[in-house]
Amino acid sequence: MSEHDHHHHDHDHDDDHSHLSETELRVRALESILVGKGYVDPEALEAILQTYEEKVGPRNGARVVARAWSDPQFMEWLQRDSTAAIASMDYTGRQGEHIVALFNTPEVHNVVVCTLCSCYPWPVLGLPPAWYKSAAYRSRIVIEPRKVLAEFGLTLPDETKVRVWDSTSEMRYIVIPMRPAGTERWSVEQLEELVIRDSMIGVRLANSPEATESTITNWSTSNAR
Amino acid sequence: MPGRDCKAAGAGIEPVIWDNEGQVAFGEPWQAQIFSMTVALHEAGLFGWSTWAEVFSGRRRASSVEGKPDTSQTYYEDWLDALETLTASLDLAPQAEQARYRKAWRDAAERTKHGHPIELQPADFHGRLHP
Repeated sequence: MSEHDHHHHDHDHDDDHSHLSETELRVRALESILVGKGYVDPEALEAILQTYEEKVGPRNGARVVARAWSDPQFMEWLQRDSTAAIASMDYTGRQGEHIVALFNTPEVHNVVVCTLCSCYPWPVLGLPPAWYKSAAYRSRIVIEPRKVLAEFGLTLPDETKVRVWDSTSEMRYIVIPMRPAGTERWSVEQLEELVIRDSMIGVRLANSPEATESTITNWSTSNAR
Repeated sequence: MPGRDCKAAGAGIEPVIWDNEGQVAFGEPWQAQIFSMTVALHEAGLFGWSTWAEVFSGRRRASSVEGKPDTSQTYYEDWLDALETLTASLDLAPQAEQARYRKAWRDAAERTKHGHPIELQPADFHGRLHP
């Protein structure tokens, strides 16, 4: 129970004993009860964190998308049975949920939300970004999707329909963005680099080859400062 | 307040900067702890994920109606509230026990010198009486 010894405060106290905030007390209390009764195993807790902090993330989803762009058979499978096609790449839901792929086209643009809490396709995207969990996103993307998308820098043509999908604990969604133009000869690995997380939630497009280059330029500029 | 549901509460909020907060999944260690505890309890078969989602989303809704700040901090506070509620209602961590352990951890912190690991000892359960 003492592995997290960084909970004390660093600032000066009149006394020199340790201090735990009310929240830390509550969390420690829960953990020691649950571990004490054998409901959770400290090693399993570490393993779960390691998985979500290091192994599972939007790179998984990017691999799914890049493969779908490059392999027509896989694309067909993904359209027919997303959960199975994604599971074939070893990305399966720990909560036993289905993962449904939504395909963006010039006619329809798909966006994902969880209006109730923060259901999210963990196996392919990792843990959700803070804004996905915010009440503002959860309510506004349903009421005024185009406006919210514009705030993300995505302005869609008027003729493109926007479809908002509400996730549940049983049903999670991943958006398959449109393949950017000018990438016909690109390898799967190169394509993966274009698939940013937000494009798989549907609030941005996949990067274009030019955008990727300018990102690289920006990086080197900022690094040079 | 009539008509002030989740949607209405969210709609009044200032435009958000939809920024990438980087690759940090958790702002503070306790957030990671409650996340992993929840997943572990679920994986041990102690509750279904839809049960969790129901309790958690209820807490999220309440917090939106109460006008709490729309932040990650509130999100994880709601998560903690939900986890305490659910583990208590399933008798995995009854409320009275949670209170007893909180007090024990407070006592443990008080007798631990700054910079030393805080550990729970049997004596921490026999300190001051409940107020």
